[in-house]
Amino acid sequence: MSTLNLSGRLPARDELPALLADMARTLMVPLIGLLVFLFAWHIAARNIDTSLGQFPGPVQVYEQSVNLVAEHNRERAKEAAFIERQEKRNAEKLAKDPTAEVRIRDYTGKPTFFDQIGTSLVTVMSGFVLASLLAIPVGILIGLNATLHAALNPLVQLFKPVSPLAWLPLVTMVVSALYVSDDPLFAKSFLTSLFTVTLCCLWPTLINTAVGVSGISQDLKNVSQVLRLSFLTHVVKIAIPAALPAMFTGLRLSLGIAWMVLIAAEMLAQNPGLGKFVWDEFQNGSSESLGRIMVAVLVIGLIGFLLDRAMLVLQKSISWDKNAVLR
Amino acid sequence: MTHLELTGVSIDFPTPKGAFRALDNVNLKIARGEFISLIGHSGCGKSTVLNIVAGLYQASTGGVVLDGREVREPGPERAVVFQNHSLLPWLSAYQNVELAVKQVFRGTRSKAEMKDWIEHNLALVHMDHAMHKRPDEISGGMKQRVGIARALAMEPKVLLMDEPFGALDALTRAHLQDSLMEIQATLNNTVIMITHDVDEAVLLSDRIVMMTNGPAATVGEILPIELERPRDRIALADDARYNHYRHEVLSFLYEKQRHPVESGTSEAKKSKVAQDLQGNKTTEADDKAARAA
Repeated sequence: MSTLNLSGRLPARDELPALLADMARTLMVPLIGLLVFLFAWHIAARNIDTSLGQFPGPVQVYEQSVNLVAEHNRERAKEAAFIERQEKRNAEKLAKDPTAEVRIRDYTGKPTFFDQIGTSLVTVMSGFVLASLLAIPVGILIGLNATLHAALNPLVQLFKPVSPLAWLPLVTMVVSALYVSDDPLFAKSFLTSLFTVTLCCLWPTLINTAVGVSGISQDLKNVSQVLRLSFLTHVVKIAIPAALPAMFTGLRLSLGIAWMVLIAAEMLAQNPGLGKFVWDEFQNGSSESLGRIMVAVLVIGLIGFLLDRAMLVLQKSISWDKNAVLR
Repeated sequence: MTHLELTGVSIDFPTPKGAFRALDNVNLKIARGEFISLIGHSGCGKSTVLNIVAGLYQASTGGVVLDGREVREPGPERAVVFQNHSLLPWLSAYQNVELAVKQVFRGTRSKAEMKDWIEHNLALVHMDHAMHKRPDEISGGMKQRVGIARALAMEPKVLLMDEPFGALDALTRAHLQDSLMEIQATLNNTVIMITHDVDEAVLLSDRIVMMTNGPAATVGEILPIELERPRDRIALADDARYNHYRHEVLSFLYEKQRHPVESGTSEAKKSKVAQDLQGNKTTEADDKAARAA
């Protein structure tokens, strides 16, 4: 009854069919779609036999996701125990001799599935932020200046369709050659994945920002001229707000691409993230591997969806046009 | 003393067929505080004249002199009220006026003075009650009021208005015309206003400048309106002189300058500018009238 009683009063008898129909549309239809999918998956999985055993169906995937959570908890418990032991040992040492040198070692257990999700998120956001910091200013300049647009557009069109797998060997070699440090702040594999993500997700933001800025109406440009706005004021007060909707379209496309590219980049760069998890499971080749990869596939999809929703929330909070329908 | 002077202003727009002469030898002298209306058929180049005075277009020959200085670029001393308000949709009415005020008075007025000045100008156009609303939250007439407030707040020497009330319904338009007359009586701005509306031109203007049809449009006749101010639209509706002036304008527009025949040739359509300005060839009589003026 509680789901029906949205208006805070009991629905009249004649309203009930309409309410039920409404509920069917909003809840039942997607649910039926999901059930049909799970059933088809289950049937199909039973008929596919691989060298690593039967293809995982929904049940096996559920079991593996429970396993992964359990592994994560075990690993955390081990880490806590390790730290506790270390602290105890150090405290004893200091009690005997206050001048004793105390060494604190990091726990070096293998990263769990959830650690790898964390690494992937950090990598993708770093790459995406770097790409945005490059693409938005360049997009604004290209949008404002037709000559610059003519100069850069062929390059943009040339590099836009390049696959991350083609960039990766080059990026790997360049990072190895240029990032030489005795005490590196970042792992090379992290930087390789980051720059590959940046190179691939730069373009939608750049192109859409340029389109948004160049589409400013002549009336607003005239206002800017009559007011003699400086270049910077023109950009801040007119170009950026006018281009904001197009810019966000670009940013959302970019983030989607960044997430897709990241998995491939991590797989090959051996950056400890979801891509590496999939690759390691594939190399591991146990009877559980396919199920665990399937969990990763679903998690990758879910995170991609959540990232897009997060961008949408950001867009809604920044957008000046509250009447615009954003989805 | 001449305040604003247009001397031999002509303008050519490049088209695939070669240069298209939109305006030819426009001469006009305007005194300080004068209210001038530009009237003529669509595409006769009225907006082009206004844009040249604003500095948004450059005359091919001739030029515009304001207070002894040639107009070369747009600037806030020649504020423009655009036909479709041209407010920044992401700023409130107050912020739209603020952008202009900050630009003009930065360094010469304090923050508090600027705030008072913004509010004063919004009150002048009766928009003080809704000054923190954004353009999409207010009506067309209110947007146009904010546009006028923004222009007035720049303390312009000349106020340029491009069909400011063209997109409004008749009642709103009458309200705004009355507001404009009120403001002009107080501030004594020099105003150049483009209009299609004969009643509006006669009611508001000191002189009506009637333009011939393009291409190569120019000033056809200039009609001084010697009706004492303040003017009352209801009293004037029954006034013989008022009706005489209306008749003068109407006969210029519909007898001497019949509505231009639309040109349907494909070449004409190639150039948007040329097409927009396409019209009938001016007659010799009009040229004489222009020279006489």
